[in-house]
Amino acid sequence: MKIVLINYGAGNIQSILFALERLNVQAVLSDDPEEIRSADLVIFPGVGEASSAMAKLQASSLDTLIETLKQPVLGICLGMQLMCNHSEEGNTKGLGIFDTSVLRFPENVKVPQIGWNTINELRSPLFNGIKEGSHVYTVHSYYAPLCKDTSAVSDYAEPYSAALQRDNFYGLQFHPEKSSAVGSKILSNFLNMVS
Amino acid sequence: MLTKRIIPCLDILNGRTVKGVNFVGLRDAGDPVELGRYYAAEGADELVFLDISATEEKRKTLAALVRHIAAEVDIPFTVGGGISSVEDVDILLKNGADKVSINSSAVRRPELISELVGKFGSQCIVVAIDAKEGKEGWKVHLVGGKVATDIDFFSWAEEVAERGAGEILFTSMDHDGTKAGFANETLAKLSERVNIPIIASGGAGTMSHFKDAFHSGKADAALAASVFHFKEMQIRDLKKYLKKEGIPMRI
Repeated sequence: MKIVLINYGAGNIQSILFALERLNVQAVLSDDPEEIRSADLVIFPGVGEASSAMAKLQASSLDTLIETLKQPVLGICLGMQLMCNHSEEGNTKGLGIFDTSVLRFPENVKVPQIGWNTINELRSPLFNGIKEGSHVYTVHSYYAPLCKDTSAVSDYAEPYSAALQRDNFYGLQFHPEKSSAVGSKILSNFLNMVS
Repeated sequence: MLTKRIIPCLDILNGRTVKGVNFVGLRDAGDPVELGRYYAAEGADELVFLDISATEEKRKTLAALVRHIAAEVDIPFTVGGGISSVEDVDILLKNGADKVSINSSAVRRPELISELVGKFGSQCIVVAIDAKEGKEGWKVHLVGGKVATDIDFFSWAEEVAERGAGEILFTSMDHDGTKAGFANETLAKLSERVNIPIIASGGAGTMSHFKDAFHSGKADAALAASVFHFKEMQIRDLKKYLKKEGIPMRI
């Protein structure tokens, strides 16, 4: 099994590599379209600011590649947000895979949201064996509202998409690599999408 | 629902944890990785590692330790202690730290906060503020609280938030080490002044102190060291108690 982590210089990816290692899996870092296309599984990480991350993707022509991928693709945190239509952060266009915009949390809650929140209304094979109301670690100032691609719901200021799914594309707003046993199970479910 | 966080703080000296007793089932309480893993299994929501060593090799030792922690611990952790440049932060984040905490260096050069936020994002920049109440209100202290300044605590906290820090770790020097409870009134006031999460630190002695920090102090997280290291309370028991008291907790 070949797992590629898309490496476009956006943020900390070491934690994801370590989380996969704890599941006895070695992932490859790559920005090479051929290598990404040939992977069994693709992880699209991202931490930082949306418009500059999008600019980095465009600079390496990865923006057009991702939506054409046929294997399971997992976007994490900013990775998930970039897979949406648009983000208010830096007013940037996204990859348009998930049919929603990404908005900033209102000022009646503390921004960023940092900590462990619950996930509910789980509807994706990623959450096999995960109980409703499980806690996951999340840290973000922008969020995807509920939409037809929502596959898990969390609440902060209002209910929002903790996870999104369309066809082979999966997105998680929270950090499975930092979410203890629950996160590890979610990552292992992703790995199990290829045998 | 977002839960409140319980955060044990581990002091690191030359790659080893300083305080603490050997818990049952723990071979070496001086090993930050093993102690971190222990606390994660006990239900800690995050960990803070504060490097208090002042050696030339510090940067290298700390980076190696951070890498080791990141490989073994599956909850978020913050690293602090003597961080003063973009390069310092870059090394720690690349090795797997989730957040870094800066303190005196930010007071000396506030632009550092903006630079770090610009390069790495708000989510990983924690600004620690040590403060003490004097005749003219709460003042910021430097170098682990040893050096007084005439900087107003609340104005500094506002500047920290405006410059984009993701969190404030507020230690009350008046409460630290007293085990008489957190600085709840000041914490609550801080929450009114800034709209970023606040970690309360200094004064934890009993379980009800944590409840008060969340209820009256409106803190988003509470940090403590000795009550955990000397096993005066178990994180697991503390979180059960807080949940029973109506505070949202991850159990």
